Parts: sequence; C-alpha cells; structure tokens
Amino acid sequence: MRRIRVIPVLGIDRGKLVKTIAFKNPNYIGDPLNAIKIFNDKEVDELVIADIRASKNGTEPDYSLIGDMAGECFMPLAYGGGIRTADQAKRIFDLGVEKVVIGSAFLQQPELIGQLAARYGAQSVVVCIDVDKGLLGKWKVRSVSGSQKHDATPEEMARRAAEAGAGEIVIHAIHKDGSMSGYDLPLIKSVSAAVGIPVVPLGGARGTADFLEAVQAGASAVAASSTFVYNRNDIRSILINYPSQKTLSAELFSKV
Amino acid sequence: MIRKAGGKSTISGDPEVIAAAEKLILPGVGHFGAGMDNIRSKGFEDLLNDKVLKQGVPVLGICLGMQLMARHSEEGDARGLGWFDADVVHFDTARMDGLKVPHMGWNDVKLAHPHALFPDVHAEERFYFVHSYHIRCDRPQDIQAEVHYGYDFTCAVSRDNIIGVQFHPEKSHRFGMEVMERFISWKP
Repeated sequence: MRRIRVIPVLGIDRGKLVKTIAFKNPNYIGDPLNAIKIFNDKEVDELVIADIRASKNGTEPDYSLIGDMAGECFMPLAYGGGIRTADQAKRIFDLGVEKVVIGSAFLQQPELIGQLAARYGAQSVVVCIDVDKGLLGKWKVRSVSGSQKHDATPEEMARRAAEAGAGEIVIHAIHKDGSMSGYDLPLIKSVSAAVGIPVVPLGGARGTADFLEAVQAGASAVAASSTFVYNRNDIRSILINYPSQKTLSAELFSKV
Repeated sequence: MIRKAGGKSTISGDPEVIAAAEKLILPGVGHFGAGMDNIRSKGFEDLLNDKVLKQGVPVLGICLGMQLMARHSEEGDARGLGWFDADVVHFDTARMDGLKVPHMGWNDVKLAHPHALFPDVHAEERFYFVHSYHIRCDRPQDIQAEVHYGYDFTCAVSRDNIIGVQFHPEKSHRFGMEVMERFISWKP
C-alpha cells in the first residue's frame, strides 16, 4: 500500500479563513486556528496556508498569525503568500513552518528558489504555478493573484522551477478553483511528465475519486480546498472535514 | 512538542547548555555537508562525542540529525560523526519505478526489534518523511526499522543510548508524540 499525501489548502485573507471561486468572491469560512485544531484531530497529512492577497497588495506575511498556526500544527505546514526575500522565508522557517510556497516571486526573481534550496534543502521549497485556461482552451501561466500573464507554458515553468532547485510543484488551476468539478487532468499529466520532482495539483477536487484520477495522471500528492471546508461539496454549508484513514485506504491508497 | 509531551527543552547553540543537558535531540533539516561544517566550526564535534559516547547521554537524531550519526554522506561528500558504521546515500532512482525524489509523505514503518521508543513491533504507526538521502548500515543489528519507498531502506538506527530516525516524530501526530514521550522517559 502506498500512502498518498492528501493536503488541505486554507486560504487566509486579513487573518480570516476564506474560500474563493476562480480567485474571486472570497467566502468567509471561519477562524484559521480553529480549523487547524480540527485538522489536527482528523490527523491530516499536511497543511498549506495561503495568504491570498499578500502578493497582490505587497504586504508582509502576517508573522504573528503564522507563528500561532505553526504552534498548533502537529503535522507538516507550508506557508505561501507575499514571500519575496530570503529574509522573509527565514523568519517563516524560524516560526516552525516546514515549507515555504513561492508563487509570484518565482516568476519575478527565480534565483530566490536556488538561494532557499541551498540553505534549507529542496524539500522546504515549493513553487506554486497558477494556470488559467484561455478562451481557446490554452493554458496560461499567471501570477500575483492571477493579475499578471506570462508567456511560458506551465510545463516550461515547471521545468524552470525544478532546475532552480524547488523540491515540489503545486500546479494550481485557476479555472478550477472553487468549482468542485474535478481536476484538470490533462494539465496534471503534462506537467508531471515534464519534471522529476513531485507535482501536486490544486483546484477542482471533490473527493477521493478525483484524488485517485490525479495520481493516475502523474500527481505525487493531491491538494484541495473547497471539498475540505464545505459539507458534501455544498458551498451553502461550511464544515471542516477530511476523509478517514479507512476511507483513504479503501478508495485511494489500495488503488494506486 | 516536547512541552506537550511532558518534557522541558531548549534550543541551544551554547556549549555550556549542551554540556549540562541530560538528554540531547539532534534535529535537522538541511544539507549534510553544511550541517557538519556548522558542528565542526562551532567545536561541537568533541563535545557531542564526549556527551554521547563517553557519558552515555541519551540522544535522539531526527532526519538530518540521524544522518549526521553516520560516518559519511554523499550529500556534500562529507564526513559525519561516525557513531554508526553506516553511510548516507542518495535514493537509487533506477530502482524506484518512477517514484519521485524527495520522498515526502507518510509511511508505515517495519520495526526490526522492540526498543524503548518503539515497544510494540506490530503497532500500526505512520510517520512523516521528507528526504532525498537515506542511511545504509554495515551492521544489521544497528537497524531499528525499515520503510518502503521504491525499495526497503533503513529509517531508524539504534545502539545503546543512541537512536536516530529518518522521519519527523514532531510532525507525526499522536504517533510521533508517543515516541517523544518515550524518549523523555527513556533510561538506557
């Protein structure tokens, strides 16, 4: 049996837990510390905390909140949002966070990835690539909360991230964000095949069947947001949830 | 984590604090060569050898902290503390059927024999791993546990007052908390 990491991603905006759809219309979910306590009880594999506005607004990461969250977390924690310098990353590692997620800053200054990998090891550096689907169905890399466009393909960006020294890549499908309509499987397949480091898809998952399809498409782990904060994938009903080990074993681990 | 497990701990780079410690944890995420350079440049190698090998102070190595107990690592082609007749090698990707490195994730470990920190060899415990290199022991009796990722490799080593684990008990929920509690009460 091969265990697959199943990773909830929690969006935060000014200290509150929120969930967006296609990066827009943040819906208030609750208090992040409370959510982390619930995820502790549910023994989740790993957590990602993403400040959805820090890069766009150019604000500093909220170190006090990050420290509080890391102290509550008995599982590996990754933080992303607004990290532009090695000093900022150092502060975040010193607070007890295992991994930093670099998105916009990777596109603006790729050398940051190598600096962090040399100092903290590749496994501590995650590059997040935001991808949108254009009108003609072509994938477009974006950054700064989706506001900036880039010419390189997602595969090319993933290769650059791997060469720069990233330990894993989160491939975040903006067109799937909050949709609960399944992952963009061709995107997962194409990006996973392009690099030798783990690729983790985010955007669109509804549950274990989608996780299994993502792994079969080449993902090394899976990430999701909406399905872990809404009850039965219904956005009118907020409920922090996570599948039991029994369910994961039967519906995912035993099938890969 | 130690506090929640009922112990007192301090993070220290001060030789006097280390010299006075009743138990030691060698943590570590990072690069083997850089880690050993750091230990040597601060003069900690003799201090650690004295505490662990002569005084027999219990020590727990975690992740890189465990790897540093080997005599050599391919990561940075560097000499380690040499407490175990063992080398640290990169994952042999040719034997891994496309699995990716770093190995990141949760695995069930197979204990070779009972230990104060792992009393039940049949316990269903899972631990969190993050690494690209693993230890390879010359002496089978030093192997405390193995795990499978691509192939079986050693994920815990032990001898007398020394134990090292490749995984992260501090990030492994109640499974890791129990290991820490047992380390706190361990009297080898």
